[in-house]
Amino acid sequence: MDHALDITLTVNGTPVSRSVAPRQHLVDFLREELGLTGTHVGCEHGVCGACTLRVDGDIVRGCLMLAVQANGCRVETIEGLSDSKELAPLQKAFHERNALQCGFCTPGMLMAAQDLVGQKRMVTRDEIRVHISGNYCRCTGYQAIVDAIEAVIQTELSEETHGKS
Amino acid sequence: MKAPSFAYAKPQSPAEAFELARRPGAKVLAGGQSLIPALNMRLSQPELLVDISGLPFREISLEQGVLRIGALVTHSEIEKSEEIARHAPLLAEAVRHVAHPAIRNRGTLGGSIALADPAAEYPACMVALDASIAVAGAGGERLVKAHQFFKGLFEVDLAPGELVVAVEVPAQLKDQRSVFLELARRHGDYAIIGLAAYKGKSTRFVFCGAGPTPVLAKQASAAPDVDTAISLLDKDLEPPADLYSSSATKLHLAKVLLKRAWTTLSTSP
Repeated sequence: MDHALDITLTVNGTPVSRSVAPRQHLVDFLREELGLTGTHVGCEHGVCGACTLRVDGDIVRGCLMLAVQANGCRVETIEGLSDSKELAPLQKAFHERNALQCGFCTPGMLMAAQDLVGQKRMVTRDEIRVHISGNYCRCTGYQAIVDAIEAVIQTELSEETHGKS
Repeated sequence: MKAPSFAYAKPQSPAEAFELARRPGAKVLAGGQSLIPALNMRLSQPELLVDISGLPFREISLEQGVLRIGALVTHSEIEKSEEIARHAPLLAEAVRHVAHPAIRNRGTLGGSIALADPAAEYPACMVALDASIAVAGAGGERLVKAHQFFKGLFEVDLAPGELVVAVEVPAQLKDQRSVFLELARRHGDYAIIGLAAYKGKSTRFVFCGAGPTPVLAKQASAAPDVDTAISLLDKDLEPPADLYSSSATKLHLAKVLLKRAWTTLSTSP
């Protein structure tokens, strides 16, 4: 019953066509077929957030989406957002504030954080915590992560009001 | 873990979906935010997944005082919908308790209704709002009252080959009130206990996480004052214990929510 299916999608702007088994998760497709191992696999049932990706502009769980469901979609990974410099402010802020230790959750955490930064609105620390509530970090205790996200949002919004961007 | 092997089909029309969904071993895939975890954990081993995401069950429309919301509308779309905020504010409140942003972007209203997880928010809202579930199959569409649709633990009034295609919610009027409250260990976790409360001509307190289906607290809903309602809740509810909370704890927390909801329903918006 497990016939391979042909899919075509764009990954970080590059068109990709492959034949995939229906059971293959999108995150495994990216890691194993395309070698994009920046997206991590944690719990594999949607709890930890390590596999957070962007599909058609929205963040999703890479372990709760099949590769066949991504047929025709625009997929963006940590590699793509990092190379395009979209994540540069967050990466810098995470680095400066020690917002990571082992780093396993960091790619997913950055994807979730950028989703909030991209909304370009002032948020409270509580709202930041709610937005990353689906991303587990077992090292930092979150305080530094919230600090880093808050700093980036404040900087970007103040730059906007001063007309720099 | 990895999902077991299965075949996959993506029907292009409702008729094709009804035909595929009635095949033995078929399971319907919408957003997949409950089904795919179940597959990953090998709790479900279907032979065929019928991906209905290409079907046109995405509309939100208001007609003659009834808000009809398509089954494939995602939690994120519910969160952003001005029509839902205006005409079904209970759902707009409830959606904030549904998991996390990355899951809300894919999970659907219809998926939550059709699965009927006892801790899920929407089924309780549907009963509280006296909504109807639109179910369609090869024979056409039928409307089922929410309190009849949820029959037992993960058991709903759906025959093989039938899909939930929409829900129909009476639009909330100016003199009506509703509120959704939930207690969970962390934001977005499964509810320890949740309450969908509605006050119009009659009052309905409907709990999630309190039994195999949404539980309408009949006696508390008919109570004249909050103290009576709280004492009557002992007769209405016997919540099952879970890993973290005993039945007595859940009952206590249900009373806490009932008291908060009563206050909100009694004050003007």
